[in-house]
Amino acid sequence: MSALSQPRRWEAFAWPCVTAALLLLAWHVLVTLTGTEVFPSPLNVQRGLAQLIERGVLWRYIGDSLRRVGIGYLTAVSVGVPAGLLLGWYPAAAHVVNPVIQMMRPISPIAWIPVAIVLFGVGDVAAMYLIFLGAFFPIVVSTMNGVRNVPSIYRRAGRNFGLSPAALLTRVVLPAALPQMLVGFRLALGIAWLVVVAAEMIAVDSGLGYLVIDARNAGKRYDLVVAAMILIGLTGLALDVGIRRAETLKSIRWGFRHAP
Amino acid sequence: MTNVARTPVSTGPASHAKLTADGISMMFDRDGVSISVLDDISLTVDDGEFVCLLGPSGCGKSTILNVMAGFIAPTRGEVRIDGEAVTGPDPRRIFVFQERGVFPWLTVEGNVGFGLYNLAPAERQRRIAHYIALVGLQGFENAYPRDLSGGMKQRVEVARALAVNPDMLFLDEPFGALDSITRLIMRGELLRIWEAERKTIIFVTHDIDEAVQLADRVIVMSARPARIQRIVDIDIPHPRDISSRKYLGLRDGILEAIGLAHKV
Amino acid sequence: MSQDHTGRGRAGESETRELAHGAARNFTEIRETDAPGFSDALGTMSMMIDPVRPLHHRWSVEVVRALRPVAFVALLLVAWHVSTTFQRAPILPGPLAVAAGLIELGRRGLLLKYVVASLFRVTWGFLGAALVGIPIGLSIGWYRRAEQAFNPLIQILRPISPLAWIPIAILWFGVGDLTAIFLIFVASVLPLTVTAMNAVEIVPEVYVNVGRNFGLRRAQLVYSVLYPAVKPQLVIGLRITLGVAWMVVVAAEMIAVNSGLGFMIVDARNAGNRYDLVVAGMVMIGAIGLLLDIAIRSLERVPSISWGYSDD
Repeated sequence: MSALSQPRRWEAFAWPCVTAALLLLAWHVLVTLTGTEVFPSPLNVQRGLAQLIERGVLWRYIGDSLRRVGIGYLTAVSVGVPAGLLLGWYPAAAHVVNPVIQMMRPISPIAWIPVAIVLFGVGDVAAMYLIFLGAFFPIVVSTMNGVRNVPSIYRRAGRNFGLSPAALLTRVVLPAALPQMLVGFRLALGIAWLVVVAAEMIAVDSGLGYLVIDARNAGKRYDLVVAAMILIGLTGLALDVGIRRAETLKSIRWGFRHAP
Repeated sequence: MTNVARTPVSTGPASHAKLTADGISMMFDRDGVSISVLDDISLTVDDGEFVCLLGPSGCGKSTILNVMAGFIAPTRGEVRIDGEAVTGPDPRRIFVFQERGVFPWLTVEGNVGFGLYNLAPAERQRRIAHYIALVGLQGFENAYPRDLSGGMKQRVEVARALAVNPDMLFLDEPFGALDSITRLIMRGELLRIWEAERKTIIFVTHDIDEAVQLADRVIVMSARPARIQRIVDIDIPHPRDISSRKYLGLRDGILEAIGLAHKV
Repeated sequence: MSQDHTGRGRAGESETRELAHGAARNFTEIRETDAPGFSDALGTMSMMIDPVRPLHHRWSVEVVRALRPVAFVALLLVAWHVSTTFQRAPILPGPLAVAAGLIELGRRGLLLKYVVASLFRVTWGFLGAALVGIPIGLSIGWYRRAEQAFNPLIQILRPISPLAWIPIAILWFGVGDLTAIFLIFVASVLPLTVTAMNAVEIVPEVYVNVGRNFGLRRAQLVYSVLYPAVKPQLVIGLRITLGVAWMVVVAAEMIAVNSGLGFMIVDARNAGNRYDLVVAGMVMIGAIGLLLDIAIRSLERVPSISWGYSDD
């Protein structure tokens, strides 16, 4: 978009490395200069990570977090998609239910934590319930909107060819709504990852979120805290990249354009 | 204020009416005000005829087409096809939209075979191959619509419509989104296909030349509320020379009838 | 008025006579044109019609339609009430208890105080993030090289839950307002940066070229072309990020500060298992979140912004 010359391909690799290196350097310098006892330098963090791997804790915690996300998220999908389909298909139903959805949506899943603990006690189930809550609304809303936004031409063509309502749903409406649904799925996954970290900080005793809090409480191990943060970032990124793959696959093939 | 257009347009006992529209009126409700869009339209279309509905955009000709295809119910009046009243869409009369009716998540093959779900796989494949060839898209079976030009997408939609072997085709300004060169080509293709398969075709357009080039009969419609203003026979045999006096005469006659000058 | 089809295939008549006769013969005059012709139609061509609304539509039907969601909500409330009356141990509150709790909080002045505290933090954190993130995002989006340099980094940092920053935040700022504001800043700045980046990339090159064509310099280009062009997408991003910010403030307050709605929820539970107050807090959080959302949505309807949204 700028008037400068087009950057060459190798630059796409070079520049990020340069910025990353500069950032690490700045970090290291700041830590040494301020002479802080507590805040870790990049090297401390790297050593902390190695320790975690050694103790076998790392993979277990990552696994725990991913497991909770997986179950909560998949439950949200299996409940949310049919609900969204129904609401999108019957505008009258959507009209009735929508205000409730709009009212419940802004309530952060995190605000639900005390209620979750009362209902399910401290542990995995509470965390998964919270993840379900967080993921449910984006999925329902995007599915509902995806169905409603299917161009009426497609529906007419489907009816014209004599499709039964069930066939219409599976052969026309669902494929047409899929791109928008996928956007909602990606959003919901991001929220799920956010919520699991929060839930683990408060309501369970394993996982990456727990590690962040525990490393600080049990000995001010800020090197482990930062290590955990980086891991959270990387895992979240992996999840995001993974689901974007699914999205771009379909979108590119079908030629749909939507905001990233 | 009835429309006296109920002239029987068939000559001998051999041709029979495929579609009859009888006193179709349509009122729409917009912000509490009811608007009359169609006013007492009656017409007859013969089996195997190619009829054009000609009128400016927004005059209601798409509405009457949708009524005839069964997507909308008229406020008054009735449509009968083969003597049967039309109550909804049916695979025997396929509606061809502009190329945006093609499903983007299916390949060309998938699209063309869309309505053939009741056939045995072998027969289905055969039909798909036949119609892809008929519209001249061999080699593109596995292409997705996004890789196709507008004209090609339009061909896919026509192939999809023909594959289920309907009695009638309704085409709603199908070439409207194409450039004028492609349009000329597509008109020729449509006529070629029509000569091969001889369906009854009702074709909506706002392009006077298009109507005179394609149709056996042009039904000129006035603006809202839509009424039939004129019916013009185009009795020039195909292929029509678009520079011939007869063609130009008919075309100019229509221009005059709707109050437009010949000079720009 | 019968049709004469003998015109078909009649050879031999001279062309000129054919024209005079044939044309007239082909034309079936249906009615004299007291119906408006094409030229009138040209004027009315753009009238859009909303199809398939039945003609018989009275206001009473509208009223009933509007009441249905209300009835649904009432139904849910009743179900809630019933299910909590019949629970074994009286832990979870019913709607009446929650309402009473809200009134109590209001009377004690805590409600207002906490709401203000939470909103205060959100406002500062969010504004700070907007003032930092949006200009940076716009610059990154504009220069390809900058995007190449920073984007991978942004993508790695973005999924780090803002809550994971809590220990660091407490380390740097202690327990208090600043921590909460910092957390909201962290939660909002990267999404806003990304939004701004994308908004710039979506601007059609045509607009920029028109600007250059008319001789606009860099700064003017940004002000007169780029900024108005990105506004629609920015507003959407602001709305979504505000929702996230509101979520984060609640979490931050539950863990790291001593006032605000989030704190109230945790406190009500710790200091006596007052679950009626807990749920009352949740209701307030939902209500305020909804109001914030509505406020920004109204911004989307302003003409200088609403052009950017297609009405498909």
